[in-house]
Parts: sequence; structure tokens; C-alpha cells
Amino acid sequence: MAYQSLEEINEFCREQKLPFWRAVLLDDMNERTVTEEESLSAMRGMWDAMLRASDNYDEKLSSGSGLVGGMGGKMEEYRKKGDTLCGDFVSRVIVQALQMGESNACMKRIVAAPTAGACGVIPAVLVPLYREGHINADKIIEALYVTAGIGQVIASRAFIAGAAGGCQAEIGTASSMAAGALVYLKGGDNEAIVHAAAMALKNLLGLVCDPVAGLVEVPCVKRNVIGAVNALSSADMALAGITSRIPPDQVIDAMREVGESMHVSLRETGEGGVANTPKAKEISERLGK
Amino acid sequence: MNIFDILGPVMVGPSSSHTAGAVRIGYITRTLLGSRPVKASIGLHGSFAATGKGHGTDRAIVAGLLGMKPDDMRIPDSFSAAREEGLEFTIQNTQIVGAHPNTALLNVTGEDGKTLEVQASSLGGGRIMVNKLDGIMVNCTGESPTLIIYNQDQPGYVAAVTSMLAEASINIATLQLYRGKKGGHAVMVIEIDQRVPEDAVRWLETQEGIQRVTYIDGEGA
Repeated sequence: MAYQSLEEINEFCREQKLPFWRAVLLDDMNERTVTEEESLSAMRGMWDAMLRASDNYDEKLSSGSGLVGGMGGKMEEYRKKGDTLCGDFVSRVIVQALQMGESNACMKRIVAAPTAGACGVIPAVLVPLYREGHINADKIIEALYVTAGIGQVIASRAFIAGAAGGCQAEIGTASSMAAGALVYLKGGDNEAIVHAAAMALKNLLGLVCDPVAGLVEVPCVKRNVIGAVNALSSADMALAGITSRIPPDQVIDAMREVGESMHVSLRETGEGGVANTPKAKEISERLGK
Repeated sequence: MNIFDILGPVMVGPSSSHTAGAVRIGYITRTLLGSRPVKASIGLHGSFAATGKGHGTDRAIVAGLLGMKPDDMRIPDSFSAAREEGLEFTIQNTQIVGAHPNTALLNVTGEDGKTLEVQASSLGGGRIMVNKLDGIMVNCTGESPTLIIYNQDQPGYVAAVTSMLAEASINIATLQLYRGKKGGHAVMVIEIDQRVPEDAVRWLETQEGIQRVTYIDGEGA
């Protein structure tokens, strides 16, 4: 794999006078020996799958365990009343994050981004923006390359699996990827993209993976919301000209260090955190039969 | 990891390791068996046993055995699909010493009567590893084109196979050799950069001392 750091991507972009997304596209063409059109077409497939997953949400479904289902519908009802604290756009983001996370828990088709448990974060910010109608699909495809480039560097320098580095590795990474994409869509430059990614990841450092009964349901679905909203605020900070005081690649390395020192009970084993509460144990026992 | 390992796969939830990876284990088992499975005994080990039911791991493996891929919307209903397609199956928990936490042990019988035992693990992100075939270590992922050749443990087979590949201008990425016991059954696992033409696979099958050739064309599932 070509890029080992965000700085390397930006350096390449400075030399070649390229936007961030194009550096990632060129790398994909090289890595998988595909043409530009083949790569773009594969990425369009991912976007189509995200949109279809969004359309296919069914608020009547609940997961096999009965722990999640219907939250996306409730939140949408509430949003429609027009009196949310977060305002309409952010509320749409919350709705989308909940819906995607619930669809995943209910065995519907989703796009792992970077994992199934964190599949709601990126569509949560991109789908509402797209549906507002100011951004066309081609631009979204470019933004998806931005997410992939950021995610790939995090995967290579640290990890993207909860079992390896806790929830910060899944929701944290997804949030970082989404923040970069948002900055790109709002016209931010390559530096702003990586600083948004860094701030988003930094804000979620230490987040543990503590799934109740080992299922991708509680607290995973709602964690998609914090990942998405954190991406928005990090992107806005970067667009305002605020930077991460710690260089982005060093933030990723810190995520790795935190993940490595995280106790195994907090890395997707379902033994610590909220998974270790009396209520969670009761649920676990009920489902274990 | 390419960018579509980061953004993707498109899959039926809820877990890339416990659902998508499990479908791939079923699917690759079907490919390795070389015919439609009619009987399957599915053993779940470790985390697959502990949280597999809630993640649909059981339905996912059966779906894969039926030839479904990880994005197939019929995965949640694979048990009824199995009944319709005449696949008898049992699912039980099992313990395999030293195995990866997400491991399945499948004993399958094809419609042509052939049987196969596959031990495979789900490594995360939907990626899998076939650890053993009929008890013999193989360790292959099926991500690139792979030839698995069962032969008599005697001199000359590796040379025969690799010179055939060289003649066909096929580059070898990795080559692993395993055997049960000296002079007994041996397995060659060859990951290659190009696809192998069908007639080359047929040719290998006809060679004396080669008992079985399985070819995975690298798309996995």
C-alpha cells in the first residue's frame, strides 16, 4: 500500500497540484491495477448502496435480541415537529445515523465504513447533505475517496477494528473519515481536510468497545450519532481555520497507543463498560439460552 | 488493504466478522467442495459460538453454503432457503484447540457424494482464512487466485506444477506445502497473480499422483 501517512498524501498533492481525493484515486488505480473509470464505477457502487440502505430503513423492524429498532422512526417524528435543540440539519444527521445503525442490527444491507458497526457515520453526514440538493453525486463520489484515503492511513498506522483498538478505532475512524469528506464538500483545502480528520479522531480518543451481550446494538447504534455529529463540529472548526495542535499523523499514532493499552475487557469482548452493568448481564443471560 | 476494504464491503449486517465473514466461509467451502452441498455439519468455536446467534453467524454460514454472497438480502432467511434447496444441516458449538476466536469447522457432503472438512476463521472486516482442509493445514484467504493441489507426497510434483505455471506465464505470489505424514497425502497451496485457464486446471487433474485440484478464482465471495 502506498500511503502510510496523511502528510504523505498532502505532500504528493502539493507536488502534483492535486486535490486530496485524486491522490487516493490514483493510488487505487495503481494498487488494484484498474482504470480511472473502473475505480470511479466501484465507488459509485458504494454510494448507490448507501442511498439504497438509507431508503430501505424500516422503523417497524427490531433486531433479533429486541434491543434496538424504531429509534430512527421516533427521532424522525420528533425532528418533523421543528423544535429540536440541534436544528433541522443536525437532526437529519442524527436520524440517518440511527436508521443506518438499526438497519445493520436488523440484518439489512449496508456498507461497512470502515466497519459494519460504524456504518451509520459517513452516510449520516453525506445523505442529508446530498438530499438538500446543493451537491451532486460526482462531488459525493470524490468526497468518498477522501474518506477512504483517511481511513486507509488510520488502518495502516493504527487499526479500525473494535477488537483491536476499542470503539475509537471504529466510530473514531468513521468520524475522522466523515469530517475530512465534509471539509472537502464545503470547499476546504487539503490541509483543512486532514486537520478536521485529526480533530474528529482526537475528540473520540479512548472510546471503548463495550457491546452488551457482544452484539452490534447497544451502545453501537447510538455511538454512530456521536461519530456523525462530532464529524460536523470538527469539520466546521477546520473550515473556520482552526487546526489540530498535534499533527494529524501523530494523533493517529496516539489512537494506536491508547488502543494498545486498552484493557481487553474494553475491546469488543462484551466484558467491560456498559456490557458489564447488572442490566447488561441480565440481558446477556436472557439471550444466552 | 485496498480502499474498498475501508469503504465496503456492501453487506448484510450486523457484523463484518460474524456475518459477512461467516457467509464467505460458507461460500468458500462450497467452492472447495466443488459441488452443491446436500449435507453440512457446522461447528462454531469461540466468539462464533458465544455471540454467533445474535450476529446471524449460523444463518450466514448456511447462506454461504447455498452460494449466497455477503450482500445477499436472503441471508436472514437462509434456513428456509436450505430446506427448499435440499441442504440438510446441523449447527453445534465446538471447541478447537489453538483456533482463532472466530472459527467454524464444517463437514460437508456434495451432491456427487464427495465429502470435505473445512476449518476456517473470520479475521475481521469480512476477510477470512481457510486454516485446514481435511485436517491438513492450508492457510489461504481465497482473495487472490489460488490453486490447491492434493497429491502423493513424492518427489517431482512441485516441479511439475510450477513449470506448468511458468509455461502459462502465471506468476506465483506464495507457495505453501503441507503434508499429513511422510509419503502420505500432501497439499500444495499456490497463490498466483493471474487467473489460471480452465484447461490448465483440467491438465493438472489428469496427472498421475494428483488426487484433487481445487481452483479459487480470487474473487472470494
